[in-house]
Amino acid sequence: MKDEYLKIKEQKQLAPNIFQVKLQGKSIREMTAPGQFVHVKIQPGIDPSLRRPLSIADVEAEKEELTLIYRTEGRGTKLLAGKVPGEEIKVFGPLGKGFPTDAVKSGDTCLLVGGGVGIPPLYYLGRQLAEKGAEIITILGFRKAEDIFLEEEFQQLGKVIITTEDGSKGVKGYVTDAINQLASSYDTYYTCGPNPMLRAVEETAKGPGFVSMEERMGCGIGACLACVCQLKDPGSTSGRKYRKICSDGPVFPAGEVLI
Amino acid sequence: MNRLQTELPGLSMKNPVMPASGCFGFGQEFAKLYDLNKLGAICVKAVTLDERAGNPTPRVAETPGGMLNAIGLQNPGLSHVLENELPWLEKYDIPVVVNIAGYEPTDYTEVAREISRAKNVSAIELNISCPNVKEGGIAFGTHAATAADLTEKVKAVSNVPVYVKLSPNVTDIVPIAKAVESAGADGLSMINTLLGMRIDLKTGKPVLANKTGGLSGAAIKPVAIRMIYEVSQQVDIPIIGMGGIFEVDDILEFMMAGASAVAVGTANFIDPFACPNLIEGLEKRMDELGIDKLSSITGRSSLLCRQTL
Repeated sequence: MKDEYLKIKEQKQLAPNIFQVKLQGKSIREMTAPGQFVHVKIQPGIDPSLRRPLSIADVEAEKEELTLIYRTEGRGTKLLAGKVPGEEIKVFGPLGKGFPTDAVKSGDTCLLVGGGVGIPPLYYLGRQLAEKGAEIITILGFRKAEDIFLEEEFQQLGKVIITTEDGSKGVKGYVTDAINQLASSYDTYYTCGPNPMLRAVEETAKGPGFVSMEERMGCGIGACLACVCQLKDPGSTSGRKYRKICSDGPVFPAGEVLI
Repeated sequence: MNRLQTELPGLSMKNPVMPASGCFGFGQEFAKLYDLNKLGAICVKAVTLDERAGNPTPRVAETPGGMLNAIGLQNPGLSHVLENELPWLEKYDIPVVVNIAGYEPTDYTEVAREISRAKNVSAIELNISCPNVKEGGIAFGTHAATAADLTEKVKAVSNVPVYVKLSPNVTDIVPIAKAVESAGADGLSMINTLLGMRIDLKTGKPVLANKTGGLSGAAIKPVAIRMIYEVSQQVDIPIIGMGGIFEVDDILEFMMAGASAVAVGTANFIDPFACPNLIEGLEKRMDELGIDKLSSITGRSSLLCRQTL
């Protein structure tokens, strides 16, 4: 992992408050595992004071190009959205442990379940799974139709089911409604999104699965213990009863940690 | 001659920079980024008698020029540290300072006795200033007599020098500093974080699950400088200065205020290479300012003013 200035190649808005930035630099060649994240220093100095952990949405290793998709939530991400091509931001990474894909064989069916800003890391994952010959079913949850992003990109990987809470497009309700109705058969599932969604997906989905978590972070490398979560069954191990989301995760086997 | 050589009780350091306790774990994560031998010393995370789970999350919140944290002294406990973390550090040729904390004086003395007998521990940092736990921590650090009593007990069982880490969350820090000096402290560490709070406007609730947390980062630097300036004129023991060090100039400012060495905390999160970068930049800046030997500037400011605050 390196801490390198990456040059902004493109910045565009995909949906209300959702932005996509494309960056270029040598360290991107190391970003081969889907589900990892980068720790972004948006501008030099102490404002904002902390870095922002952003998930890797896509990587073109040969072109040394990294895509991040983020929601403008606070001061830091709003500043990032104001950065234009040619400007540089400091990017530390890749960090954390991503989605395991080794067990997936050609012809397997993989279910990707994403909600809101948890959707982007599933795209890089989906691309790699598709390259392995897996069949991809993607369920993407949004509040309403205008919030939808990455639908067409996921359609290129396989079947896509959209859910909206207000029913303005696709299945009315939550991603779990779509799992029950439309995606009954799959070998492995992968999910990323807000914690209530992750809890519901874990309860609804069957078979082996992997869950990607989010938390406020300090160092991003496992030293400061800001982003810990508890094991669901602490008695199952004689070792640590907690996991660090930044360095043990952000991806965990479904059922391992308390969401 | 090594212009950066720093000599403190128990700590012979090739430069005055160490990572601050709680910001660096036990070193293993940062060792993946750079050679820890570059550091002047290492100060590891607070160790308590038994394992501690720490506080619920969120444990951090950003603030202008700083951050609030409420980790809650999460650590694997004394025996795990003795058996795993400290032996791992033996491959490095740098002094190791271990921060210790507890609920009761007997917790502190038991940890101090054991830790100070580990073969690679050079000094203890006595944590009487953690603002994020209900018992222990800051409860020992806000009254001079209590702080002195604990210092005396820990000194009595420790085989290595003891640095007392002072809390800035007091009306007057000087009497506490003087009391722990009289009780036998070999040095002081200052300052710990300042107690603060943030509220989430959407929920109306505090951002941190612990409600309050310790403020660190550049925002607290002037408070640290003032307190070190004040205390250094009233005590004869050396001070390890900390609180918002981000740049080489900050190190020099802390030393001129009265610190003999410095610890870098929050900056490690913002620049994972902060410590080696700062160390590397020191000599160039000393040249620009005409400083021959770094240790010569400790307390320069108060000497020039020739009067106490």
